[in-house]
Amino acid sequence: MKILYFAWLRTKLGISEEEPDLPASVTTLFELIEFLKARGENYAEIFADLSVVRIAVDQEYVTEDVPLSGVREIAFFPPVTGG
Amino acid sequence: MIRVQREIFDTGQELARLTGDRTDIGAAVTFTGLVRDFNEGSEVTSLTLEHYPGMTEKELQKIERQALERWDLQASLIIHRYGKMELGEPIVLVITASEHRQDAFEAAQFLMDWLKTKAPFWKLEADDQGQSDWVSERASDRKAAARWTE
Repeated sequence: MKILYFAWLRTKLGISEEEPDLPASVTTLFELIEFLKARGENYAEIFADLSVVRIAVDQEYVTEDVPLSGVREIAFFPPVTGG
Repeated sequence: MIRVQREIFDTGQELARLTGDRTDIGAAVTFTGLVRDFNEGSEVTSLTLEHYPGMTEKELQKIERQALERWDLQASLIIHRYGKMELGEPIVLVITASEHRQDAFEAAQFLMDWLKTKAPFWKLEADDQGQSDWVSERASDRKAAARWTE
């Protein structure tokens, strides 16, 4: 499963995407976020306030926890500012 | 029709291409968003737009489909650029065409309001001090988008 980061989440982490090996205990989106938060200070920082993080699962916005089985791509990014 | 591109575009040319040889269109509204030289009090010297390839196109298509369902449109076009842009350059174009002006006016406003809160683009502004800052979301944009939800 590919994880993508955009805008200030990307610049803070210093990477735009990764494909981490996930332990079997990580089966949902929120579990994934907890797993990522434990990986280091930068991760803890970008996920510290989830009200400023938007999440897309397979390129669709989600606001609630979802199972990860079958998911190919998860993206984390700030509220959008295009237009 | 939607297009996500790095290249600059010409509003007049796009309008001519869209309405061209058609005679069923009585009204066309165009909105062009431009790179301006200030934001929240600081000088801006250039703008870079990042986006989420794949999801951007999907979201724009969804937004356009919504507009076509809600208003009586003969044609529509959304162009959104990404990459680095200079002051005065166009960033985004929305064209809506209908038989009578009301549908075109409302649909164009809807498209811009929804695009601003849904399409995955992020603006990075550079100033004359060599500083770059990510633009923050505006509450007024959220409010503008909310008025279209039933």
